[in-house]
Amino acid sequence: MKNLDSIFAAYLLGWGVFFVFYLSVARRTAALRGEVERLKASLTKGK
Amino acid sequence: MPKRVIWGAGVLLLVMAAAYASFYVAPTERTMGAIQRIFYFHAASAWAGMTAFLICFVANLQYVLGRKQKWDWIGVSAAEVGLAFTTVVLITGPIWAHPVWGIWWTWDARLTSTFVLWLLYVAYLMLRSMVEEPDRRALLSAIFGIFAFLDVPLVFGAIRWWRTQHPQPVIMGSPGSGLEPTMRKVFFFSVLAMHALMVLLVSERYRLEKLRGEFQELQREAEAG
Repeated sequence: MKNLDSIFAAYLLGWGVFFVFYLSVARRTAALRGEVERLKASLTKGK
Repeated sequence: MPKRVIWGAGVLLLVMAAAYASFYVAPTERTMGAIQRIFYFHAASAWAGMTAFLICFVANLQYVLGRKQKWDWIGVSAAEVGLAFTTVVLITGPIWAHPVWGIWWTWDARLTSTFVLWLLYVAYLMLRSMVEEPDRRALLSAIFGIFAFLDVPLVFGAIRWWRTQHPQPVIMGSPGSGLEPTMRKVFFFSVLAMHALMVLLVSERYRLEKLRGEFQELQREAEAG
């Protein structure tokens, strides 16, 4: 198949963008969830 | 099993089926050969990205009219996802163009308006990161988002109104244009798969924004107490 390397590069880079984006959302969500839990715990302790 | 996992697996299967169809079901295009198969990924991503920007535009309008936080969260979620899809379009386009046109890029109306669209939504996200006060940030970015969306009809119309290096439309184009029936089916299946992925990513990103709202609420509570 001619230009197979270009097709491979397009799909690899394209899916790479979606994967990195999903990973970034998942990491930001996990970090923020940790912060929310920490804040909730400190508020409960303070009451 | 949580609903989200089932939905995510469903979307993954759908995009894998679309990739399979674009390689093994769609016929090889006569002039360009196998490289034309990038079309199913490139154009379907472009359509899904435009839909994400449309969602952002509607959410921005709703926020300006009703000032409900939910619309701000939907707006930023759809803008980020639309930007990811447009990034894919701007990467896959030149990879397809190089063997066909002999150049990676040209400043024709379609390519330029798409690049401007990408820059506008980067600016939208930068604007959000620069304003600290949540209500002010939401209003300013909503107004900017409404303005940014004005480029979407330009991107759509660029290959219809002007002569461009980019191919003329094969969907909703002039009489005589169009796709071979199997190609058309594979294309619309790819569009469906990319839209499912877009909705999944917007909903995941929305969860993050909702959590951020909860965090800010707790922070205010902590500062008051």
